Amino acid sequence: MSGATLTKKDFQSDQDVRWCPGCGDYAIIAAMQKYLADSGADPAKTVFVSGIGCSSRFPYYMNTYGFHTIHGRAPAVATGVKAANPELDVWVVTGDGDSLSIGGNHLAHILRRNVNVNILMFNNEIYGLTKGQYSPTSPVGTRKKTTPMGSIDRPFNPVSFALGSNATFVARTIDSDAKHLARMLKAAHEHQGTAFIEILQNCVIFNKDYYGGFADKKVRSDKMIDLRPGEPMTFGKDGDKGLKSKGWHVEIVPADEADVWNPGLKSAAPSFLMSQLDDDPSLPTPYGIFRSVRDAVYENELHQQIEKAVADQGAGEIQDLLHGGATWEIEG
Amino acid sequence: MTMTEQPDAELPIQQLESVVIRFAGDSGDGMQITGNQFTRTSALVGNDLATLPDFPAEIRAPVGTRAGVSGFQLQFSSKDIHTPGDAPDVLVAMNPAALAVNLKTLKPGGIVVVNTGNFKDADLRKAKLESNPLEDGTLDGYRVIAIDINERVAEALEDSPLTAKEKLRCKNFYTLGVMYWVYSRPLEPTENWLREKFARKPDIAEANIAALRAGYNAGDIHQLFHGHYEVPKTDALPAGTYRNIMGNQAVAMGMAVGAKLAGLTPVLGSYPITPASTVLEELASYKRFGVVTIQAEDEIAAICIAIGASFAGALGMTSTSGPGMALKTEAMGLAVSAELPLVIVDIQRAGPSTGMPTKVEQSDLLQSIFGRNGDTPIPVVAASCPADCFEMAIEACRIAVQYMTPVIFLSDNFIANGSEPWRLPDVADLEPFPATFATNPEGHLTYQRDERGARPWVRPGTPGMEFRLGGLEKDVTGNISYDPANHQKMTDERHAKVAGIADSIPTPKVAGAQEGDLLVVGWGSTGGIITQAVEDARAQGQPVGHLQLRHLWPLPHGLDEIFGRFKRILVPEMNMGQMARVLRSEMPTHDFVSYTKVTGQPFLTSEIQAKIKSLLEN
Ligand code: SF4
Repeated sequence: MSGATLTKKDFQSDQDVRWCPGCGDYAIIAAMQKYLADSGADPAKTVFVSGIGCSSRFPYYMNTYGFHTIHGRAPAVATGVKAANPELDVWVVTGDGDSLSIGGNHLAHILRRNVNVNILMFNNEIYGLTKGQYSPTSPVGTRKKTTPMGSIDRPFNPVSFALGSNATFVARTIDSDAKHLARMLKAAHEHQGTAFIEILQNCVIFNKDYYGGFADKKVRSDKMIDLRPGEPMTFGKDGDKGLKSKGWHVEIVPADEADVWNPGLKSAAPSFLMSQLDDDPSLPTPYGIFRSVRDAVYENELHQQIEKAVADQGAGEIQDLLHGGATWEIEG
Repeated sequence: MTMTEQPDAELPIQQLESVVIRFAGDSGDGMQITGNQFTRTSALVGNDLATLPDFPAEIRAPVGTRAGVSGFQLQFSSKDIHTPGDAPDVLVAMNPAALAVNLKTLKPGGIVVVNTGNFKDADLRKAKLESNPLEDGTLDGYRVIAIDINERVAEALEDSPLTAKEKLRCKNFYTLGVMYWVYSRPLEPTENWLREKFARKPDIAEANIAALRAGYNAGDIHQLFHGHYEVPKTDALPAGTYRNIMGNQAVAMGMAVGAKLAGLTPVLGSYPITPASTVLEELASYKRFGVVTIQAEDEIAAICIAIGASFAGALGMTSTSGPGMALKTEAMGLAVSAELPLVIVDIQRAGPSTGMPTKVEQSDLLQSIFGRNGDTPIPVVAASCPADCFEMAIEACRIAVQYMTPVIFLSDNFIANGSEPWRLPDVADLEPFPATFATNPEGHLTYQRDERGARPWVRPGTPGMEFRLGGLEKDVTGNISYDPANHQKMTDERHAKVAGIADSIPTPKVAGAQEGDLLVVGWGSTGGIITQAVEDARAQGQPVGHLQLRHLWPLPHGLDEIFGRFKRILVPEMNMGQMARVLRSEMPTHDFVSYTKVTGQPFLTSEIQAKIKSLLEN
């Protein structure tokens, strides 16, 4: 299909979308389809891999290649896809339960391997598909059917988790901010290596507007800060406030004193520091690009080793393989 | 026996047909290397052989204890043999614990070679022995060759720059040298191997070679034995080019070759687990053959990587053992539902749970055939001996590709680490089964089945063929469907497809009696032992047949008719009767006699012989 200009519609499959009306997933898939069309992506070379959960129905609605797998394992399946064909453009769609509970191990390992895929993690801090149990990102005290007296386990911070797994690209965005979402998709897609985006997603049925207190349009500019690489860390309705690190702390300062954000430092420590700001109610919640560094891409290395072995020892044929050890003849 | 130096004596050479040697020592003593070297050399001089490594699960159990004893038994012969032998003719015991653990298996009147250097009081205590078996009459009735190997090695390596500790580590090669002299084996193959292995540490290579030669010369000049022996090369094996092969090596080769015959890139996802890790290690060394291997973070990731690779148009593979099979179960269901080719290698070990990881059992059969949620049929094949792993691994690839299905390949600990001479197949005789990919969107449906019941395979990247696949029930278009009639239809089709594989497999041949009172049916690593037992029984005039199953699910056509020709069918297996259960449920009209053993050790030929005899008498 390359050559012809595609539109957003070309990336929509013929299947009826079955998310609840008002679900944040609609905005995300619309942004994805638009981004793919705008970026000139080839549907034949694009693969969506998902696990299980509301978000994981995503591939069925995309007119690309798609694989809806099993709970938590999408990163492993995607690793196999890339190992078999590094040319494919692979997106993993997952949720907070899928990727941080049952699939936590695989998420950590795809991030450390740096397989060149993009992971969209829809975080609604709840289990939607199983009808509203608390998730590994739900705050302590979340009262749901399985936690009638409130949850007692401390949640994961997905951005901190990804950074702790040595991820080379980590971002956060919001389902309701189409422009920002598009910008993050583009940055992730252009990144070589595993790009992890946490998307704050509104589950209107079981955890409606959980992020409204800081991500709602009315308060967002004061309660959130967009981390833009190479730009000063400023926020506020009038852009008058800024963030500055003082030792191991981050403080609010006048905009002109703000630090310039650099997600590409050798040390991930500043990124980690920013990821932990959520915990301090007096500071804005960061979104945008937390980390973006270059490192070796797993599947490239995998195939380079094979190419090197072929270059050094010659391409192996069955005959060489069978006769590789010490042999002897028995005459008839 | 004392050592008297008679350098001039001419020692007679005596010819033997077969010899069984068991090398036993501490797990740090290098007994597996010693055994493997003896095996390799015997193969090169043209003997038929079979081996049985027997080692503890702990890499380093406390030194000198019974728990830490590592053994390696091999039988080498001038005739066609099928087993590592029931009872050793020669036991090499490097310490008291090795002697205590293994003496009971030695033939009456057999030879015991002991390293007296390790029979001090402290050594006896570690082995929980109250008195010294060299002195307390334990060894009466055996021929004892007592050598202070520690001392002899120290002397032989006097000029070596190695430390005393490093020198002592060469003692297994001294022992090997002694045994090479006794059985008239050449030293060159081992010397060459040492030089290659320690190419970067020539001091170590030379010290081991010196120890090997010292051992060999000791046999010659000290007249340790009354004479030495020769096991002539076999003429029972058909003409051809041979190499010695271990089971897991043959599995790896079969998988690599199977993928080549399908025209596909093999992608192995695997997680280290005893006794399957060597499949991953072997395939990881096949880079120049285009084999892609990924050591995954866990068993589930390993199979999911393989499934992802198959989705992308490669041949996904995974290798594991029982506990790993349990973990992979859900993902197998995905491969069944998505109808993707996948080869799952299970090197069985003794269970349940962690069980006995280094010991043999065949107890994953029912798990392999039935052990999944939903009605989730998967074909199962099994190899009967180390060399058969090559053929059956290729067969697993063939079925996977032609039928778009996961296939389980069963081997076990006995085959995995056992070795035998393998007549290399002529590459031209290996039949290709090229995979085909659908590329034409016209009239294409994701689950439109061909004459085998297989759905078309589409490689992502193909323009105009974009499709979605998943573990949810789907209809012929591949789209999600909860329609009751459709689920019935898809379930029926998945079953019919797997059942139909029987059309592509040959009816196994019966060896020995073609009809009569008793047929012995085996599967997996019992093959060699049953062959031997049935051959011996027939030599004694007992009318017995032997049928070895290599396709376990679906079962081959024609079995019902074959079974009908026999009064009773003996099914020996190393589990609690799993195959007998399958056969009874599939062909209930026959009289199946289940014979089971779950000691973590293979059957002895004598055990099967006794069972045959008792069934024929009653
Ligand atoms: S349950 Fe929540 S997350 Fe799931 S589709 Fe409905 S609104 Fe969306």
